[in-house]
Amino acid sequence: MAAEVMLMNEIEAKAASMGIDLNIDFNSIQLPRGEDCGIVSDDEDVYHDDHLEFDSGFGNVIVVDNLPVVPREKFEKLEGVIRKIYSQIGVIKEDGLWMPVDPETKKTLGYCFIEYNTPQEAELAKEKTNGYKLDRAHIFAVNMFDDFDKYMRVPDEWAPPEIKPYTPGENLQKWLTDEKARDQFVIRAGTDTEVLWNDARQSKTELVYKRTYWTESFVQWSPLGTYLATVHRQGAAVWGGANTFNRLMRYAHPQVKLIDFSPGEKFLVTYSSHEPSNPRDANRVVINIFDVRTGKVMRDFKGSADEFTIGGAGGVAGVSWPVFRWGGGKEDKYFAKLGKNMVSVYETETFSLIDKKSLKVENVVDFSWSPTDLILALFVPELGGGNQPARVSLVQIPSKVELRQKNLFSVSDCKMYWQSNGEYLAVKADRYTKTKKSTYTGFELFRIKERDIPIEVLELDNKNDKIIAFAWEPKGHRFAVIHGDNPRPDISFYSMKSSHNLGRVSKLTTLKGKQANALFWSPGGRFIVLAGLKGFNGQLEFFNVDELETMATAEHFMATDIEWDPTGRYVATAVTSVHEMENGFNIWSFHGKLLYRILKDHFFQFLWRPRPPPFLSAEKEEEILKYLKKYSKKYDAEDQDVSMLLSEQDREKRRMLKEEWEKWISEWRRASEEEKLERQKLRNGEASDEEEEYEAKEVEVEEILDFSEEVLFEE
Amino acid sequence: MRPILMKGHERPLTFLKYNRDGDLLFSCAKDHTPTVWFADNGERLGTYRGHNGAVWSCDVSRDSMRLITGSADQTVKLWNVQTGSQLYTFNFGSPARSVDFSVGDKLAVITTDPFMELTSAIHVKRIARDPAEQTEESELVIKGPQGRINRAVWGPLNRTIISAGEDAIIRIWDSETGKLLREADKESGHKKTITSLTKSADGSHFLTGSLDKSAKLWDTRTLTLIKTYVTERPVNAVAMSPLLDHVVLGGGQDASAVTTTDHRAGKFEAKFFDKILQEEIGGVKGHFGPINALAFNPDGKSFSSGGEDGYVRLHHFDPDYFNIKI
Repeated sequence: MAAEVMLMNEIEAKAASMGIDLNIDFNSIQLPRGEDCGIVSDDEDVYHDDHLEFDSGFGNVIVVDNLPVVPREKFEKLEGVIRKIYSQIGVIKEDGLWMPVDPETKKTLGYCFIEYNTPQEAELAKEKTNGYKLDRAHIFAVNMFDDFDKYMRVPDEWAPPEIKPYTPGENLQKWLTDEKARDQFVIRAGTDTEVLWNDARQSKTELVYKRTYWTESFVQWSPLGTYLATVHRQGAAVWGGANTFNRLMRYAHPQVKLIDFSPGEKFLVTYSSHEPSNPRDANRVVINIFDVRTGKVMRDFKGSADEFTIGGAGGVAGVSWPVFRWGGGKEDKYFAKLGKNMVSVYETETFSLIDKKSLKVENVVDFSWSPTDLILALFVPELGGGNQPARVSLVQIPSKVELRQKNLFSVSDCKMYWQSNGEYLAVKADRYTKTKKSTYTGFELFRIKERDIPIEVLELDNKNDKIIAFAWEPKGHRFAVIHGDNPRPDISFYSMKSSHNLGRVSKLTTLKGKQANALFWSPGGRFIVLAGLKGFNGQLEFFNVDELETMATAEHFMATDIEWDPTGRYVATAVTSVHEMENGFNIWSFHGKLLYRILKDHFFQFLWRPRPPPFLSAEKEEEILKYLKKYSKKYDAEDQDVSMLLSEQDREKRRMLKEEWEKWISEWRRASEEEKLERQKLRNGEASDEEEEYEAKEVEVEEILDFSEEVLFEE
Repeated sequence: MRPILMKGHERPLTFLKYNRDGDLLFSCAKDHTPTVWFADNGERLGTYRGHNGAVWSCDVSRDSMRLITGSADQTVKLWNVQTGSQLYTFNFGSPARSVDFSVGDKLAVITTDPFMELTSAIHVKRIARDPAEQTEESELVIKGPQGRINRAVWGPLNRTIISAGEDAIIRIWDSETGKLLREADKESGHKKTITSLTKSADGSHFLTGSLDKSAKLWDTRTLTLIKTYVTERPVNAVAMSPLLDHVVLGGGQDASAVTTTDHRAGKFEAKFFDKILQEEIGGVKGHFGPINALAFNPDGKSFSSGGEDGYVRLHHFDPDYFNIKI
């Protein structure tokens, strides 16, 4: 636009200087219909271009105000200065800098327009240079071009907001009151996304809701199962409802890539990364934190990708996701982010840093929250070639008091595993051997709930074994470790309690030579699936840790994903589209009986709908467990009814099918009988009926092969 | 019983056919020589030399005297079964895909592939009693629909021709006029290329196998869909037991993808289904490539399968097969 206006100015100036009247009424000139005088009109192109520009808006244009007003002689110099400042931030489009000039005084007007390649750059330029002091008298005021438009449109008169009548919301937890106590899950295959009931009793699924192109990349349940989130180019959305899925709220965030709910599902964090125009610059990252229910942006974070990529291993495109980790259980009170030499902890009252400053920890590379308490575990690696040992420390929030600290010597890497109740913390430390050529692994076990937080060191029987997987029993005191270097590793189970001494860790058992590389505990504890994914082609072993016995072994060939349902009654194994073949999922009972399997091409996701934690107290739960027999009677009877009904239905179905088939057969007999004569004629009179009923005749043939006579002597 | 492994072909098998008595088994392969075997012990009886390209299918006359073979060398040949001598050669402008003798063996239906600017076509030839009187002329030529026609067979009393192929639609044509009589319903029909089609012993119904991982059973006269058998693999070959209510499906993933996956991923099993209940009963493993051809012995007591691996496997059923209950 800017360029065009200048052009017009120039033409007018030229015309004026040459004394030409430019006031031609172009509309009065008419060409004959369909005639273009051999000149291809470019009007359409121009129109088209304009149109496009309006479509995308002026999101990449900023207005810089409070510039010095300079005469023509100094124009070039000022332009140079501005260009220098603004081209550092992003790539300015060709002819993208326009400083208008007063046509009378030939002086600049004290403002200019800058057009960047991308809206992100424009936004960054606005942030960085708003309030920039060129000199004492000229402090830049930078605004987005679009904002002018927006604020101009605000009506001068205040109009009272329209009060919407109250409409009671739906019961978003209705699925929990299912009569048959079933669970739901969502699957994504091809372009379809479906929410289904797992009707294990009848070995099938029941459709709840299905939608094509529901999401553009993936779906995700909120942690308590209330919402299903979908991701679109314009932002994220959450869906829920009593009986079906309605859109409850939208969260605008262009090109959102990743989303994360806070554990109490009060907040939604969305993330996007934008390519800079200048390939040498880092990607620009935008993170928004929304209030899930109101859809309001509570806080946004913007910056280059570098600022968000400290510590942590990999993640997506350099950023380890989630960037913000939520602490303090379901309260959603605090969230924290790792920074350079610090951990920034924010609280959700005001969405600002606790005590207005970050927690300074030199060289911190990793941290994790206790799942239940306001405790942060921090890891600082070894420094100065071993002069300063690596360190794990537990810090209380918001007081920032260090509860416990442990120095670890010659550690190469370290991983932290919290038990789900926050009772124990296992720190897996890879240490160098004396020669520094290889590493071995040990565990530091913290007992968080005990006085002074005692630490115990655990080494495996063969401490050179590589650790392949580690997993705590949910809500329990046991953990499982897969270790070993050979193709068939061993699996060991440990307990934090031993029979005579509650404060000692003890080994329960070691299973030798298993085809497993992943551990999946039941959410209720006690049962575990030892799975051999990837190289092991989907070997499954259902193991009871109370009895230390294998309940079943099975295989779901090529399985890529395993997930327990939230109640611990069923296990889903799935082959997702990383493999071309075999796509689909299997549902197993907790003890390893295959209930049903469903095949779907281009299978992407299988996710059980999470359940919120029960409101029952621990005592009450125990009581129910004690009288389980009494409670389960009702369900046993129901189960029996269902299975009776099923076998009845099955018999009925078979009878129907047989009857139907008989009908066809008799129909065919009749037709064949009718055509018999004609068929004979076609075969030159040869009788042709035995073709339908083949009778195999058994013919016995006796053949004498040899005959000889021997005389036996008689005494 | 232990299957009999019949090694004679050097290239993937394409088609298998028993004669009416069930004592001979004819096999076609991508090597150029159809072969005849004793159906009982798998001994090789002889070969039919003369084709100059992959042989796609064959049929044998009711009296087991004549063999007709269709080949990619753009010819269809008539052979003397006993001596192996060529009796006549029909020439076409494009590869011949499927051949089928009519009831009475006086006619043969031949399909040809689309080639250069030629579309696919169905030809009906009169087969002379005396090879000396055989002529090249076609009784009828039907211009085919889009894509290849993989199989065309005769309907009841030779009045119709049933065709199926790449466009996944089964069609019934009038064998006198060449008029299209029926088309299978798009909704209930196959979704991908139909690879194989086999008639029941009495011709009253037929079974089609498709790359959409299913096989379907149809009424020959009305083209009503009766049953659908769903499996996990693309289906290359189908067969129906003449004795029990069983159907067999063979297949596997594309030959090009075979080498990149575990042999179990390919699932090169012949799958048995209950014909009426549409439920899987069992599988017969053995091939280490997709199964391209299947045929039941007319007595229903043995069947053979031909694979991409170049082998024919001859299976005689154990006694317990005849007592399967589901």
